[in-house]
Amino acid sequence: MTLREGLHRGLGLTDDELQAIIERLGRDPSYTELAMFSVMWSEHCSYKSSRSHLASLPTEGPHILVGPGEGAGIIEVAPGVSVAWKIESHNHPSFVEPFNGAATGVGGIVRDILSMGARPIALMDPLRFGHLDDARTRYLVDGVVHGISSYGNSIGVPTVGGELVFEECYEENPLVNVACLGLVDGRLMSGRADVAGHSVVLFGSATGRDGIGGASVLASAEFDEHSHEKRPSVQVGDPLTEKLLIEASLELIRDDLVAGFQDLGAGGLSCPTAEMAAKSHMGMDLDLDRVHLREADMEPFEVMISESQERMLAVVEPGNVGAVLEICGKWGLEASAVGEVTSSGNIHVRLNGATVAEVPAESLADEGPLYDRPRRRPDWLDALQARAPGDDSRGDLEKAFLEVLGSPSVASKRWAWEQYDHMLFLGTVQGPGGDAAVLRLPGTDTAVAVTTDGPGRFCFLDPYEGAKLAVAEAARNVACVGARPVAITNCLNFGSPERPEVMWQFAEVVRGIRDACEALATPVTGGNVSFYNETQGRAIYPTPVIGMLGVLESAGGSVGLAFGSAGDALVLLGETRDDDFGGSEYAKVVNHTVAGRPPVLDLEAELRLQGVLIEAATRGLVRSSHDLSSGGLAITLAESALAGRIGFALRERGGQDHRWLFSESPSRAIVTCSGAALDEVLSLASDVGLPASTIGEVGGDALDFAVFALPLELATRTFEDALPSRLSATMA
Amino acid sequence: MRARVGVVVFPGSNCERDCVKSLSQLGAETELVWHDDPVLPEVDIVVLPGGFAHGDYLRTGALARFSPIMQAVTDHAERGGLVLGVCNGFQVLCEAGLLPGALHKNKGLKFMCKWTELRVDNAATPFTSRASTGSVLKIPINHFEGNWYCDPETLQGMRERDQIVLRYVDNPNGALDDAAGIVNENGNVFGLMPHPERACDELLGSEDGIVLLGSAIDHVLKTTPARV
Repeated sequence: MTLREGLHRGLGLTDDELQAIIERLGRDPSYTELAMFSVMWSEHCSYKSSRSHLASLPTEGPHILVGPGEGAGIIEVAPGVSVAWKIESHNHPSFVEPFNGAATGVGGIVRDILSMGARPIALMDPLRFGHLDDARTRYLVDGVVHGISSYGNSIGVPTVGGELVFEECYEENPLVNVACLGLVDGRLMSGRADVAGHSVVLFGSATGRDGIGGASVLASAEFDEHSHEKRPSVQVGDPLTEKLLIEASLELIRDDLVAGFQDLGAGGLSCPTAEMAAKSHMGMDLDLDRVHLREADMEPFEVMISESQERMLAVVEPGNVGAVLEICGKWGLEASAVGEVTSSGNIHVRLNGATVAEVPAESLADEGPLYDRPRRRPDWLDALQARAPGDDSRGDLEKAFLEVLGSPSVASKRWAWEQYDHMLFLGTVQGPGGDAAVLRLPGTDTAVAVTTDGPGRFCFLDPYEGAKLAVAEAARNVACVGARPVAITNCLNFGSPERPEVMWQFAEVVRGIRDACEALATPVTGGNVSFYNETQGRAIYPTPVIGMLGVLESAGGSVGLAFGSAGDALVLLGETRDDDFGGSEYAKVVNHTVAGRPPVLDLEAELRLQGVLIEAATRGLVRSSHDLSSGGLAITLAESALAGRIGFALRERGGQDHRWLFSESPSRAIVTCSGAALDEVLSLASDVGLPASTIGEVGGDALDFAVFALPLELATRTFEDALPSRLSATMA
Repeated sequence: MRARVGVVVFPGSNCERDCVKSLSQLGAETELVWHDDPVLPEVDIVVLPGGFAHGDYLRTGALARFSPIMQAVTDHAERGGLVLGVCNGFQVLCEAGLLPGALHKNKGLKFMCKWTELRVDNAATPFTSRASTGSVLKIPINHFEGNWYCDPETLQGMRERDQIVLRYVDNPNGALDDAAGIVNENGNVFGLMPHPERACDELLGSEDGIVLLGSAIDHVLKTTPARV
């Protein structure tokens, strides 16, 4: 077979990559082989631009049972209790088709968790969109949230938190990331094919033409004005089948019928066959006649790279195949033995007995290109950092406060999270809307805290510092509820790696994550890289989304952000610097400025703060705890007051008022406690040299900032109505 | 003696384990019953749990009512046995004709997961005996199709017989007459949109669900002759 000139380029392979394939095979690849290489060597599957950088991240720790490289990281959170934790992106599909793009993003991460033998028990959805004034953005927000709600609720996995951030840079490139937590229940699974003669069983949905080339055509290229033509590359979700897939998979694992297990996601059938065989230095024979298809006349290349959803691949001892098929049948799932493990080292694909592909598994899975792409510090960055950060006073403090409180990124996200089942499994001790979700793990007394953070503006102004701030804030959020941060998963969202400025941002962000994770002792258990988030040359802010996992001493001991009782003391922990305004919410909303340098982070100070937060919560000293982030002190106080439906009064005016109220100096939190506990809280702080001061008390029905005051009712309306009122324009 | 509860699992159900957990915590003996089974085990109470039976790809509950177990559930109800349908289970009971009316989409056309307050308007049923009429329970909802309605004649009869047992204090979904939970004429089949099994633990926000689940267990213990 001779290849049509330039065919590989249409599949997303470069001329050099084609040459490498020809050299590796010693011949021209067949069409099916070329398609398999195109998905396996895509940026999305091979991490060819990012691998060399990611290698520097810390991945080991006492609690880490499985690090990067499997379906999900595995962390032991209590003796004998382990969880799977992983984040993924479905950015491009969600822009092209928001409902199904987001829905299948949920489906994909759930199968990653399932592939480890863990029951998926919680989802988090960090989302970023353009400005809500834009009608298409409103359509995307509504579609994505509906897609998550529809799919996540249906498959019976609660969505316990996430983010909803609005920034112009995401207008043509929304970020739809999704994290999933799983509870390991019994034997840990692995994507392996160790024994020649074992059967390869494909089960779940039939394979169709949907999602052909999702990894290569959608996820590994930037958008242009023809992006809507890519709609056929977006898969369509079937949540019932996913739910049945979860139950059937867990039953197969419980009955010890599966030797190796992997999900089908990006790259379709090519991916788990090549990866499992390569990991075990084995091969696999596949008979495409046995793959259950949605339509009869599919080409072999289509069968090999179709990204039809809701499918899993199991490697099974031949004697167990009958039992596997029976359990799948009970759950109403199609299943068939489509091949067997061999010692050939090759993925050998046949149709009607004729070979359509025969390539070394390792050439697909491990020998993809590795690029050290050129990096260059953007020449505009010095000028941007030198500009004033947007810290000017606008005079009317109350007006500024209400503008920040009502800005969509700060305002209540109730509109979104009330559409998500966030209570299933009776584990949601703290749900959406707080610093972190607190989950009691089913069947145990162990509780974990999970949160996500990704301050894009900070990373735009300084990717290294911004990434450190992202990790620190995520850890701080977890510490606020009383949990000790133990591990992260990360989703790195960037523009095109082929642009040196983007590659520089990427390398700087990875360096920042490395340094922060080392300092905070939170290793990286895996994650995802999403490049090419740009449209017509306009890239998003570099946006690392950090998913932090923390562990609590007891489920009943967690602390929320809501103010409790009148008379409780308000204690500000940490140091406020007047000039931490670069990339702040105040600068953005009030002064329409994103410039200067991001706030300065001292990781030692951060550790001291987190230590005090955890200790105070564990000893039961504090009634509420909430970190200072977007919008600074003013917004933190307001959020805690609104959550507790009780006001507060500050007794001191601070330095320059708007600076004290809106500065975003990191490593700070507001805790409240009874008068009886106050001395102990203050001495916890002073023992480690952490600044702490009593700045007022809880009570009344006003937000009294000393320099101005407003009724709780007005603040509640501003906070709660901001999103629904802007989004209701969608219905018009 | 312990009350025996069978929790039916349809393909796509997802609240069955939560129901088992909360009912077991209240002393019931529970077991899961597969929808494809034409016979019920020896049980006192049948629970149809929440979730998305058969994906709710047609009307909610419209396919589940044809599952083989549903004939046995109907027989159990006709013998006077207790049947409790929560959320999707309520929808199935309406489709199966064991409860009047039907459920359509929430008035806001959005899925809703939130805490609600429910007023007990009839404390003289097997499912509400632990409450007093007029008391208010805090129990969460979690549904897209919770907007119950029926024709005017049916409604009038139901009101006369006090079949609308629970009413929302602040109607979230547009349900007719604020109905959150209803019983059949005999009072032994109860369907409600809120999830009592999610409100059996103060740590999760409320223990008011125990009032409903505990009443059903009490009823069994009171009315069933002692088993050996």
